[in-house]
This record gives sequence, C-alpha cells and structure tokens, in this order.
Amino acid sequence: MRVFLIVMLIWTVGLPAEGQSYRTEKCAVKFFSSAPLEDIKADNKEAIGVFNADSGDFAFVVQIKGFQFAKSLMQEHFNENFMESDKYPRGTFEGKIEGYDLSASGEQQVTASGKMKIHGVEQPMNVVGELTASGGKLIMDAVFPIKLEDYEIDIPKILFQKIAEEVEVTVHFEFKED
Amino acid sequence: MGFLFRFGAVLGYLVLMAGCAYGQDSLLDQLEEEASPIEDLTYGTFKGTRLINGQTVETRGAGNLDFIISHRFGRVNSGAYNFFGLDDANTRLGLEYAFTDDLTVGIGRNSFQKVYDGFVKYRLLKQQQGKKQIPVTMTWYSNMSVNTFKRPELPMSFERRLAYANQLLIARKFSEGLSLQLMPSYVHQNLVPTAMDRNDLFALGVGGRLKLTPRTSLNMEYYYRVNPNDDGYYNALAIGFDIETGGHVFQLQLTNAQSMTETGFIPTTTGNFWDGDIHFGFNISRSFQLKDKSKKW
Repeated sequence: MRVFLIVMLIWTVGLPAEGQSYRTEKCAVKFFSSAPLEDIKADNKEAIGVFNADSGDFAFVVQIKGFQFAKSLMQEHFNENFMESDKYPRGTFEGKIEGYDLSASGEQQVTASGKMKIHGVEQPMNVVGELTASGGKLIMDAVFPIKLEDYEIDIPKILFQKIAEEVEVTVHFEFKED
Repeated sequence: MGFLFRFGAVLGYLVLMAGCAYGQDSLLDQLEEEASPIEDLTYGTFKGTRLINGQTVETRGAGNLDFIISHRFGRVNSGAYNFFGLDDANTRLGLEYAFTDDLTVGIGRNSFQKVYDGFVKYRLLKQQQGKKQIPVTMTWYSNMSVNTFKRPELPMSFERRLAYANQLLIARKFSEGLSLQLMPSYVHQNLVPTAMDRNDLFALGVGGRLKLTPRTSLNMEYYYRVNPNDDGYYNALAIGFDIETGGHVFQLQLTNAQSMTETGFIPTTTGNFWDGDIHFGFNISRSFQLKDKSKKW
C-alpha cells in the first residue's frame, strides 16, 4: 500500500501535462479608425497572453481601460459610452494557433482561430499573422479588422464626430518561455 | 498508526490531484485570474466640469483647453413684453487649461456685474477600484473675483472689489446612472452691503446627476447658506439638462441665480425660485487638445 501510494504520488507529481508554454513579457495592442474629422487611434500595453507550443492553445486578455488616446476626452468617451468599461473591463481571445514550426527560424505565416470577446459579446475569429521564433523567444504580429456592430458597440446618430464602423486592430506579442 | 498514515497519504494524494485538476483550467481562465488593471479609475462622474452654476469634481486631461460660454437670460416672470427674460442676457466667457490631469487653471469674464474671475482647481483623490480602493473623487477649487462694476457713490478701492470662494468638492459615482456631489464652501467678500453684515459666508452645496441616456443627464444643484446675512438673498437652486456630443457638452438650466461665479451666486442670489424668478440659461463647452498625451511605443 505504502509503495503503491508513493508510486502514485511520484506519478502524479511527475505529470506536467503542460507542454512548452510561453508567456508574454511585452504586449502592444493598437487600434486605428479613419474618420473624416480626425483619425481615432489608441495604444494599450496592458495585456497578457499565454501560448502553449505543444497544443497550439493561445489566449490573451486586454484591459480596455488601458487604451491610451491622444485626447483624454476621447479616452473617457471610449470607456464610458462605447465600450462601457465598467461593465465589460476586458477584451479576450481564446483559440488555437496553427501552421507553425518552432524549429524553423525566421518569419512564418500562421493562423489563429478561436473566440474573440469584446464588450461582452463573443464572436468567432480567424486571423492570419506572423510568428517569429528566435533564441527561446517568440514574436507574434497580426493586423485584423473589427466591426463595431458585431460586438454591439453603438454609434449614436447625433455625434459630430463620425466614427468608422470598422476599426483596424494591430497586436504585437513578445513571448518568452514560462 | 498505519491507518492514519494511509489516511493522510490518501488525503494528500487527493489534494495534489485536485491541485493538478485546478491547473487544467483553460488558458483564458488562468489569465483572467491574473489580469487586474494597474489602475481602475472611475470615468465620467459628471459629463462636464460644471454641474450647473458651480463646478464638478471633473478636471480635463493634461493639455486640454476648454472654452466655456455660459448664458443666463432674464427672469421668466418678467412677462411677454420682455419675451420671458430672453431680452436680457448675461454672458460669461471662460478659458480653462489643464496643466496636468489633476490641475486646471481658468479665467473668465462675466458680463453680470462686470466680474473678472480666475480659479485654480486641483483634484486630490480619484475614485477607483483595483489596486487602490478610493470611494470618492475629491477636488479643491479656489476662485478669486474682481467686480469692476462702477460704483461712483462709494469710495471704491481695488481691495473692495475682491471676493474669494474656496470649495472642497466631494463626489461619488454610485452607478452608471447616478452621481452625487457635496460641496462645503467658504466665500469671503471684501465688501458687503452694510457694516452689520458678515464678510465670511459658509455654505454647503449638494448636487447630483441622473443619466437619462448614455449621453444625456438630468442635474440638480442647491447651495445652502449656513450663516446668511439678513439681506433678502436666497439659496441658489438649479435644475439642468446635459447633452454630451463628443467634444462638446451642452448644458441647459433653470436657476434663480444670475451670477455665474461662486463668489456671486452662493452669497448674493436675489431670485426667489418659487416666485418665478427663474433664469433660463445654458453652458456650452468646447474642448481642444493642445498637447498630445499618448505614449509612443
């Protein structure tokens, strides 16, 4: 019994089901929307992501209040009126990355498919991006459009400032081995 | 003894297994647990930097210049001949610059009593959750006014024309729709009507806003004078309606006060709201960002 238990214990402890997992050490999320009056853009460094290289599982979380605008008033309206950040503080993505070979060097084109959740609304998402592996580090880059109405983000009629119905999101993640 | 050991071992094994099972959460669940914002500030306690007549705790972001045009028409009960007050209008033009996210300095000129005023507004506390928990936003407001109205019947000096108002503004956004504000205030007038009158006045303001839609709200503001002089002045009461459209805030109001500075409407409001001495008015603010505050990466 005792031997059995010890064996069981060793077996359990020696069960790192986790594969090679990577965690972000630097994140940058940007969005850009072209509007007649002025372009609307914001940067966000408050994001974290994890990537499991064995299974391809990939997830990231972005703090909506972390978006920095040039105009503080715009930032306030973005949080209060459009994104309702108090109610929906985060944007998330969960899915899989396919088409990579970590032993290869240089840039590779990969696809990420999964679920994007913004403003409390979940939508399926397929994104083509680049993955670069170099010396235990991984860099992921992608640019993709987001349609505001898909995520039930309202644009009121009375705004003087016309806002494009689609924004371009740029993500840049730098991973290192966990 | 052996049984105990066995029991303990089995228990330990179960705990370990549970720990492993716990570690089998999805990646997103793990992240969600870790992710907490650096600073979860409460945004938009009020739409504008003005509640109605007086100030809100709001200050604009660094590098923002606000141009504020305030209007108060004559009294509604002055009749049709006077077009219910619209024939008379007083205007205050103001410029307010935010040196930092918390410090705003402003100047203004009010056609009522030909008053020039300057103020400093500094935010001491920001309501927030997350790392730090602060239940209210608190802002210090200090205003100095010069009344340049000609008074040939009096030996006027520059000092006599001065009045000061100091306020501590304390506000809390209780929910998306409801924000309330308290404004303990101290007003000092260098010149008061008679020698019997006190120069120092204490007042307690209360106010709030109720959001009607994401971009409109109903506001209320009342200044209770704690130790008023017996001069037939009234407490300033105002009801307002805010519309925010991006870079502008439009505020429409009904108030018994004519002055648009704290040194005027707190101590010397002459209208009796309940007798119809009501002034229709509005504030329009336009924001200009003079300095880019975004961080480059």
